[in-house]
Amino acid sequence: MQRTQSVDELKQIAKRIRRDIIEMLGAAKSGHPGGSLSAVEIVTTLFWDTMRHDPANPGWAERDRVILSKGHAAPVLYAAYAEAGYAPADALKTLRKLGSIYQGHPDRRFLPVLEASTGSLGQGLSIAMGMGLANRRDNNPSRTYVILGDGEIQEGQIWEAAMFGAFHKVDNVVAIVDYNRIQLDGFVKDIMELEPLADKWRAFGWHTIEVDGHEIPQLQAAFREAAQTKGKPTAVIAHTVKGKGVSFMENNPKYHGVAPTPQEVELALKELA
Amino acid sequence: MSTAAKPELKLGMATREAFGRTLAELGRENDRVWVVDADLSKSTMTHLFAKEFPDRFVSCGIAESNMVAVAAGLASCGKIPFASSFSCFILNKGFEQLRVTVAYPGLNVKIVGTHSGISIGEDGPSQMSIEDISLACSLPGFTVLAPADEVATRALVRAAAAHVGPVFVRTGRPKAPVVYGEGQEFVIGKSIEVAPGRDVTLIANGLLVFEALRAREILASEGISARVVDMYSVKPLDIEAVVRAATETRAIVVAEEHLVDSGLGVRVAQAVAQTAPCVMEFVGLTGYAESGTPDGLLDKYGMRGPDVAAAARKAVARKQ
Repeated sequence: MQRTQSVDELKQIAKRIRRDIIEMLGAAKSGHPGGSLSAVEIVTTLFWDTMRHDPANPGWAERDRVILSKGHAAPVLYAAYAEAGYAPADALKTLRKLGSIYQGHPDRRFLPVLEASTGSLGQGLSIAMGMGLANRRDNNPSRTYVILGDGEIQEGQIWEAAMFGAFHKVDNVVAIVDYNRIQLDGFVKDIMELEPLADKWRAFGWHTIEVDGHEIPQLQAAFREAAQTKGKPTAVIAHTVKGKGVSFMENNPKYHGVAPTPQEVELALKELA
Repeated sequence: MSTAAKPELKLGMATREAFGRTLAELGRENDRVWVVDADLSKSTMTHLFAKEFPDRFVSCGIAESNMVAVAAGLASCGKIPFASSFSCFILNKGFEQLRVTVAYPGLNVKIVGTHSGISIGEDGPSQMSIEDISLACSLPGFTVLAPADEVATRALVRAAAAHVGPVFVRTGRPKAPVVYGEGQEFVIGKSIEVAPGRDVTLIANGLLVFEALRAREILASEGISARVVDMYSVKPLDIEAVVRAATETRAIVVAEEHLVDSGLGVRVAQAVAQTAPCVMEFVGLTGYAESGTPDGLLDKYGMRGPDVAAAARKAVARKQ
């Protein structure tokens, strides 16, 4: 795996990951395309630019860690691990099938390279806090990145962890909110409004950066800024589009949790050619 | 067999205090031991650890859900975190996190519940953990331990730290009657025959071990010979000891300071049903209690030697 800061190269990887997501979900016939597609640039930037890690040495103690707290977006994470060489790409289409290492939600028992088993929303940020404390005390430079769903942060535990992070100055943890504004039952604003979201994170004591979550240079800059921010954790609020990259899925609540049909797979892959 | 088969009431340290002191010892011996706390360190006695090892003691505020998952994060970086609170709070408020962030990935997190059962006393039912054994046992991969006294607690907290995998240890608020002499060995998955007997076996844990010994004396005066087994390891259960009790005494009474329909009793009954069916009776709680002194509550809610003896008489009568 070649790490790169080239935006063009990162965009090419992002496109391959989008294609993988569509193909995996098409084969699985169930799953969550919308929130997988909205997080593609976030995951791509982390894996191929921001994070220090080594597919040849997945257990490296000083690796940076990523936790997909919004575990239902597992396809984007699996595609990235496969593309990076941690996990077999040819098995991606076994997603959600009996015996597959690619479980419906991230499961360390089947794919040990995962940093956490997730799927029940609201817990990843707390796990990251424990990792952040342990690494800080061990003088381990490892940083932990947590990808949160916007609907997910309606969970109270997120705000317990947010208070904790600021109080304990856990500056080696970055929370990334995939703010695609749609959750299962509809638009976030109609289910449980989060605004003013950046103000909330700032009020909880976090260094808070807002970016366009599909603009790779903005993500690169935000993660660099986070790494330079000492004494407080950083929240990156990434404004994204649910279903990004597939016209008929974009901003459509239907594709939160419905897999594409074979015809839709074909259409989507044409758009992602 | 224990050195203290004769039930002379001598109060020892509360099991929560024995936990706190042992934890501080473990902190000295092992740099990987951490403690996470939810604003109860003076009650759970983890303040003893905090004083010596402030950089390995993590104040989480009153936020048990976050605390349990923080412990999971520490464990996934190679630490041995002890997460402690009142038993009812950590198991109920942290249960989802125990399930998804600890049990499911099988992380090496130690959960110690204090103030278990009704013997917390005056604070009343909202603080009384009477379903913790049930909840903890329901988590795959969890080891569940319920020590009877100070000596047992010290040994089992050490066993919990040494064991690789999630563990729940149940401790209590009041001073606990001394059952064991120094040096008694405790092994996860085993039990201790505290006193021998032929006609019925009284299987208990926690404060009920001493009450079972009292019951044994009462029964002896009536010509009934009762064996007393301390089943401190609720999960894994000492099935061999259960089979011995079932086949040799052919009557078992299980006594616990826990809901009777979901604790040690049902686990023993399952083992008996699978191996050597015999007559069984159960002593435990059937619902939420009330405020009162610990002693007053144990009397009123049937957690005493005479209550265990009454159940044993019934079991022996049914056997014939």
